Amino acid sequence: MADISVNVTVDCKGLSCPMPIVRTKKAMDQLEAGQVIEVLATDRGSLADMQGWAKNTGHQYLGTLEDGEVLKHYLRKSRPEELKEAANYPHTISNEELQSKLAASEDIVTLDVREPAEYAFGHIPGAVSIPLGDLEARLSELDPEDSIHVVCRTGSRSDLACHLLAEHGFQYVSNVVPGMSAWTGPIGNQ
Amino acid sequence: MTASANANPGVMTAKELTRRILAKEELLILDVRNESDFNDWKIEGERIEIVNIPYFDLLDGVDDALARLPEGKEVLVVCAKEGSSQFVAEQLAEAGRTGVSYLEGGMKSWSEHLEPVQIAELDGGGALYQFVRIGKGCLSYMVVSGGEAAVIDTPRMTGILESFAGEQGAVIKHTLDTHLHADHISGGKALAERTGASYWLPPKDAEEVTFSYERLEEGREINVGSTTIAIEPVYSPGHTIGSTSLIIDGKYLLTGDILFVESIGRPDLAGQAEDWVDDLRSTLYSRYKGLSEDLIVLPAHFGKISELGENGKVMARLADLFRHNPGLNIQDEESFRRTVTENLPPQPHAYQEIRQANMGKIHPTEEEQREMEIGPNRCAVHDK
Repeated sequence: MADISVNVTVDCKGLSCPMPIVRTKKAMDQLEAGQVIEVLATDRGSLADMQGWAKNTGHQYLGTLEDGEVLKHYLRKSRPEELKEAANYPHTISNEELQSKLAASEDIVTLDVREPAEYAFGHIPGAVSIPLGDLEARLSELDPEDSIHVVCRTGSRSDLACHLLAEHGFQYVSNVVPGMSAWTGPIGNQ
Repeated sequence: MTASANANPGVMTAKELTRRILAKEELLILDVRNESDFNDWKIEGERIEIVNIPYFDLLDGVDDALARLPEGKEVLVVCAKEGSSQFVAEQLAEAGRTGVSYLEGGMKSWSEHLEPVQIAELDGGGALYQFVRIGKGCLSYMVVSGGEAAVIDTPRMTGILESFAGEQGAVIKHTLDTHLHADHISGGKALAERTGASYWLPPKDAEEVTFSYERLEEGREINVGSTTIAIEPVYSPGHTIGSTSLIIDGKYLLTGDILFVESIGRPDLAGQAEDWVDDLRSTLYSRYKGLSEDLIVLPAHFGKISELGENGKVMARLADLFRHNPGLNIQDEESFRRTVTENLPPQPHAYQEIRQANMGKIHPTEEEQREMEIGPNRCAVHDK
């Protein structure tokens, strides 16, 4: 599994509920939108509670790794604009269309602009990972002549990425909608 | 138990909650576990009203909860282990809500509480007790006679049985499992080791076990006490291939997971539903038909709270079950096959690991055993 970079780690080892959620909520309140939190817990019940809490608050539950007795939960603070489905960039492609292009081994690049932690918990095999925040600085890693399909979780970060690529002379750019939140094709986590 | 007007919520034990459910008293429960755990398994009772609001939705205040808890009703807050229910109960009390308490030990304690009920006095001064594990729906038994005891379908919480036997002045001489359990960790072997008793298991269910045991087979009578209360094994396969019923004192039929009061056993928990359908049918429709109709059936589970009778006893006359139990009234073999193999309820939580543990192949810690047992038993075909 790829490295997961996190903005803050909250240690809840040895604590039982409600403390893991109480501490996670407190830490989450201090974070900026888009940042990722890692919660270390030994209470097995924290797994279903993290998922339920994230679902009810709109924060994004990324996944959980087990390291011996310790559960490592990863969550990402959502941006308010992600909650609405806005896709202003004119060229879009559906998940299904992208899936058939990949299945047909077409010569395309899939660019995943989510955070490394999101990428680590599941991405389209072969997708290039460049988080939206790093994209401008790392444009040289991409070829402006390539056919690039940009994906994120719900289509909003990838929409911003498409605009940015187009401004820098990339000609064959499509936004994948809705994105990984509804992806049913092959998944890799290497 | 009732909290007064101060800001401290009361604490209710699983024993007290059991008493209230059996007495059919009214109680409003606020279950603060997450929705999936709540939907999977919760406290039930004829006059229990239950509301689910996860504690993590109440971190910023309890107004939502207060709106759903009508004043004047006593409220019991429940969570998985206790911490979150105490946290929410304190907030409710601070907000001025009276009559609030929380469940000591949470659903963990609820799952482990055993309520002993005397079923009958046996000839020669002996007695037969049923231990109702009300939160999980499991039933265990103890035969006491002449200073000796036998325990049947022992739960993991063996200490309770050991002290109960002690209070009766009896030494545990035998522990028996009617079959290899898939819904709970058996305490039979552990209890036998601690008390120097013999552990009995049907050999056909014991092919993979890693320890020694006595073969629970037809023809081998087990005597308890000098007055010899006889336990007579009757081979009755179907839920598992080894499932064995027991006739105690010629009057009581312990059916294990083959026949329940309102349902029948499921044949799929060892992965062989299709193979065992015929065994299950012949046990229920021929073997049991050949027994005395006056036998009192004492099963190893109940599925619905309505199966609890007076004081929580779960029992019925065999003749009555032949008339009223839906599982004993399916005349057509093909419909029977479909009933016991199709649309079965979900399998019990971690049932494969539980079977491994009961064979002595894996040795989970106490905490892991608790986790494995979480949830309802789901050993009957008609459980939800």
